Amino acid sequence: MTAQHPIAHPSTGRRRLAPAPRPLLALIRVEARLFLRDPGTWFFTLVFPALLLTTLGLFMPWADDPYDATDPVLGTITAITGYTPIVLSLAVATVALTGYPATMAGYRQRGVLRRLSATPVAPSRLLAAQVVVNVLALLVAGGLAIGVATVVLDVSAPAQPVTVLLAFVLAAFAAFGLGSLVAAVAPTTGAATGVGMTLYFVSLFFAGVWFPLPLMPEPVQQIATYVPLGAATQAMTAGWAGQPFPTQTLVVLAAWSLVTVPLAGRLFRWS
Amino acid sequence: MDDSVIEVSHLRKTYGDTQAVRDLSLQVHRGEIFGLLGRNGAGKTTTVEIIGGLRRPDSGQVTVLGLDPIRDGARLREQVGLQLQDSQLQPRITVREALDLYASFYPEPADPTALMAELGLTAKAGTRFDRLSGGQRQRLSVALALVGRPQVAILDELTTGLDPHARREAWDLVRQVRASGVTILLVTHLMEEAERLCDRIAVIADGTVVATGTPAELAASARTGRILSFVPDGPVPDGLLDAIPGVQAISLLEGRLVLRGANQMVQDVLVALAGAGLHADDLRLEAPNLEDAFLELTRTEKEVAA
Ligand SMILES: Nc1ncnc2c1ncn2[C@@H]1O[C@H](COP(=O)(O)OP(=O)(O)OP(=O)(O)O)[C@@H](O)[C@H]1O
Ligand SMILES: [Mg+2]
Repeated sequence: MTAQHPIAHPSTGRRRLAPAPRPLLALIRVEARLFLRDPGTWFFTLVFPALLLTTLGLFMPWADDPYDATDPVLGTITAITGYTPIVLSLAVATVALTGYPATMAGYRQRGVLRRLSATPVAPSRLLAAQVVVNVLALLVAGGLAIGVATVVLDVSAPAQPVTVLLAFVLAAFAAFGLGSLVAAVAPTTGAATGVGMTLYFVSLFFAGVWFPLPLMPEPVQQIATYVPLGAATQAMTAGWAGQPFPTQTLVVLAAWSLVTVPLAGRLFRWS
Repeated sequence: MDDSVIEVSHLRKTYGDTQAVRDLSLQVHRGEIFGLLGRNGAGKTTTVEIIGGLRRPDSGQVTVLGLDPIRDGARLREQVGLQLQDSQLQPRITVREALDLYASFYPEPADPTALMAELGLTAKAGTRFDRLSGGQRQRLSVALALVGRPQVAILDELTTGLDPHARREAWDLVRQVRASGVTILLVTHLMEEAERLCDRIAVIADGTVVATGTPAELAASARTGRILSFVPDGPVPDGLLDAIPGVQAISLLEGRLVLRGANQMVQDVLVALAGAGLHADDLRLEAPNLEDAFLELTRTEKEVAA
């Protein structure tokens, strides 16, 4: 055989055919394509939050009522404006607790991570690529929801946009931390889906997706303060409506991140 | 510098109370196709995955291209291509995407298009991994092991799941890859594969090497001698054949007499039959092959007693 053979090893002096993209970029590109290849995934992550908000805003008779008539601040925003932070929490929960942990656990179960550890690229890069793709998905989902809210629904602009953004970012950290913990320990796709879905529906409950928090009994509202997506909704609502700075709920979100992210890092199994 | 590419000495690996590999030593030379042959659970995968840096040995020395698989893992993985026995890819990734992706991991990769053509995957370039047949997955897995243009390729059950045509194509590919200077460590159960493809073989039983040599050397070492079988055209008198020197065992199998023994028994058996007025129809003489040697070397104690 000669150097013409496509597999001839480097000592035969063959030059590279095309400049290879950096591995992490290549992984991100592939993972993004795979994400978009599954209609169920991108519909629920990207489109559903905006669609839910639009449907409620256009067809619910309460949409333009005051969000909480008994509260001096929350009474100044419409119900559909009050529902917008809830939908943002929903977007965070969907990305971080359903798709991401199930995908990572599946990669471990199928040996995708192990196969990577036989290449020069560490399997942690695939984890990184997954997080990047899911964060991008979250930004698209959040952007789409806010876009629809302002263009179609007349939702009022946040009184303190920086507070809302801070709460959103901290919520993403906390939820990805929780999702990573599931991804770290779930042995199979099935286990990750089961645990992830349970956390997901509990989160949706406390985030106020079924019933907005002001409508819930006082004890539930208290518990919601300590649940990541409950705290997220409350902090974003405070920023949106112009309540006092939501120190307590932001600290709760930061605490969740500080516990779950390192713990997931420690417990993560690559094979 | 000597031409050893892989050097393993006194390797040990235990899982709980299973001794997967015990005191295993072997050497693979540059440019050869080296086969690891052994029964299920003999420790082949454990051995090659330690060589590839995927598992940590409990004790023993492993050197690959002068590198320690654990300490120099990063450099090793650029030069060693692994095909793992059971690992899959992302379910929705296409053949083309997988090859392009893996090509991006290496400094001087092979051309994915050429590699697909080489492995008969061109028509499947756009097919998702979860829709490939078992054999197609296997071919992709081989392609991924080679896409980094490694100096050493470790193939764990290269042809499992391939049909006879695909198997021959895979063998041709391995020969071509070797001809381009790549050293190949091949795990297999198939005698034919080992016989046709490997320059040298190590037979592994119970986690250790029980024999090493060329396929011909190993076959010749089988103690089975010759196997002579025929259909006599009448009843053979008692004691006629037992007395012949060199005959070690006689058995009757569906009307055929099967004699095992040394090569020189053949002439004497035919003479004795002629003396008794008998003819030997459908006469066959078989030499032991690699499979006989393998069965003998890897028999468990229970099977020896039987
Ligand atoms: N990760 C593991 N944990 C526990 N035991 C293991 C592990 N991997 C292998 N073993 C055990 O070690 C022994 C050798 O296994 P190995 O996979 O190396 O065999 P093999 O020769 O490759 O077999 P096969 O031909 O079936 O692939 C077996 O008894 C197996 O059960
Ligand atoms: Mg094996």
